[in-house]
Amino acid sequence: MGAIYRREMQAFFISGIAYVFLAVFFLFSGIFFFNGVLGMGTSEVSAMFSSMFIIVLFLIPILTMKLMSEEKKNRTDQGLLTAPVGLWSIVLGKYFAALTLFAIAEAIVFIYALILGYLGNVIWSTLIGNYIAMLFLGAAFIAVGLFISSLTENQMAAAVASMLALFMLYLMDSLARNVKNATVSKIMTSLSFYSRYLEFTRGVFSLSSIVFFVSAAFLFNFLTVRVLDKRRWG
Amino acid sequence: MIEVKNLTKRYGDKQAVNDISFKVEKGEILGFLGPNGAGKSTTMNMLTGYISSTSGQILINGVDILEDPKKAKSFIGYLPEIPPLYMDMTVDAYLSFMFDLKKCKLPRKAHLKDVCDLCKITAVRGRLIRNLSKGYKQRVGLAQALINNPPVLILDEPTVGLDPNQIIEIRTLIKKLGKTHTVILSSHILPEIQAVCDKIIIINKGVVAANGTAEEIAKNITNEHKMTLRIEGSTGTAADKQQVADAIRALPGVKYVRADMEREKGIYDYDVEAEENVDIRRSLNDLCREKGWNILMLQLSDLTLEDIFLKITMGETLSDSQKNSKPAPKIDISVKDGELVASTAKADEAPAAEDESADAEEKENGGDQ
Repeated sequence: MGAIYRREMQAFFISGIAYVFLAVFFLFSGIFFFNGVLGMGTSEVSAMFSSMFIIVLFLIPILTMKLMSEEKKNRTDQGLLTAPVGLWSIVLGKYFAALTLFAIAEAIVFIYALILGYLGNVIWSTLIGNYIAMLFLGAAFIAVGLFISSLTENQMAAAVASMLALFMLYLMDSLARNVKNATVSKIMTSLSFYSRYLEFTRGVFSLSSIVFFVSAAFLFNFLTVRVLDKRRWG
Repeated sequence: MIEVKNLTKRYGDKQAVNDISFKVEKGEILGFLGPNGAGKSTTMNMLTGYISSTSGQILINGVDILEDPKKAKSFIGYLPEIPPLYMDMTVDAYLSFMFDLKKCKLPRKAHLKDVCDLCKITAVRGRLIRNLSKGYKQRVGLAQALINNPPVLILDEPTVGLDPNQIIEIRTLIKKLGKTHTVILSSHILPEIQAVCDKIIIINKGVVAANGTAEEIAKNITNEHKMTLRIEGSTGTAADKQQVADAIRALPGVKYVRADMEREKGIYDYDVEAEENVDIRRSLNDLCREKGWNILMLQLSDLTLEDIFLKITMGETLSDSQKNSKPAPKIDISVKDGELVASTAKADEAPAAEDESADAEEKENGGDQ
């Protein structure tokens, strides 16, 4: 797992994806921070963090699109799958590489919290709760993106499909409202990533939501492993 | 070292590999020969655990590849048809990655240096793989397979796409590696397999068409005593032709003589066929000495592996056209107790095949100037 993790981290920076990801992340989060927080003269960050959901949604697929699809396209997966490593090591190595990059992005964005702390009164528990929520949201999204990347050989297809899938997750609440069947509607709401994430921006630290995100991450990583395993039997 | 029992792979209705069994002992080089699409790569991918077999068993060093894949894979160095190279890495970074991936416990610096020296890629270690020539990429692929000194090397068409010099280099390297490793090598190029391998398996349409050592296979097909002679007669004119042909025909055991073209000025070639199990070369020599003629060339046109191979491939094109009718007709080759037996070829078909192979040979040697 370590070897694959290190290679992916290198690849992020060599290919430039890391820089694009970080730059776009900082640009938009900077705009939201400036407009929504500094410009309004408030230390209320919930608006900023709820907007961040959209950025994360569109940027995560850029991180994950290549991870599995390129291996298959260039046949480098033959090197990985015939090496004495398990499928979980391969998948988790890649997963944690993407997650690390996401965490780096978030760590730097933490500077906003320090600025706010300097300028005014901040409720630290809420603020930190928000950062944690974003991290776990990213963890779940990365697993989804990685899974979709394992389904195709085309990285653009992987990126677009991941964005669509994540966007559908985002729309889950509004879709649920129009579903007549109460049970289905309830299931859809309970699967909503956005409403769970919003709880944190409102200052509620919901452990069940953390568990939800972690479970989603595990589920999709498991599915990725199954995809790799099934390909051998094809 | 490697034991394969009744290996079968089915893709839907298509039988890619059908009931293949073989054994490779330690220190042997086994050649897998077959036309494109014969099932060579599929077999190799199963051997290395990249894909699973539909049925059958593969034991690497006694370990079942499906039961304990990690352990079995740790015995294998694999160079797939397309080397698994990351184009945006340097050779050094890539080999270092493979070193970690294979959980190699050898001293990193020294081992990587050894591998690079062996594959002659030391000069390009700092370069991006993307910028390397095809030959170097292939060698990096080979280097990758050698990391961690696996006892088994599986090389899928290691010389494909290389220029003649590089081919010779890689072949020499494989031969050298064969002394310390068990090697399985695939190719659709016959001379390559002949040059490198101790044992040969000819595979066609997913089934083993022939199996044995290179000599065994050749020996079993040398019962057609045909040869081409170039004899310089006494007059150096066309009059020799008849005279020489008649004299040879008069030798005991000669079945058939035909004077051929004038290949050199005033000198003719003769196609001679003797009865089976009769060696006429000595009496032929005596005859020429007696008459004062010179033998300028004597070439036995026994079936070479090339001919077998041509037959197999011809069998394939034949069955392609009748795809909808049942499995491939069993070519004119059958296997008996691991020995290859060529059924006497149809008289009208065999010479054509020989001509073709002679042409191919000529081309390969760059003509005979």
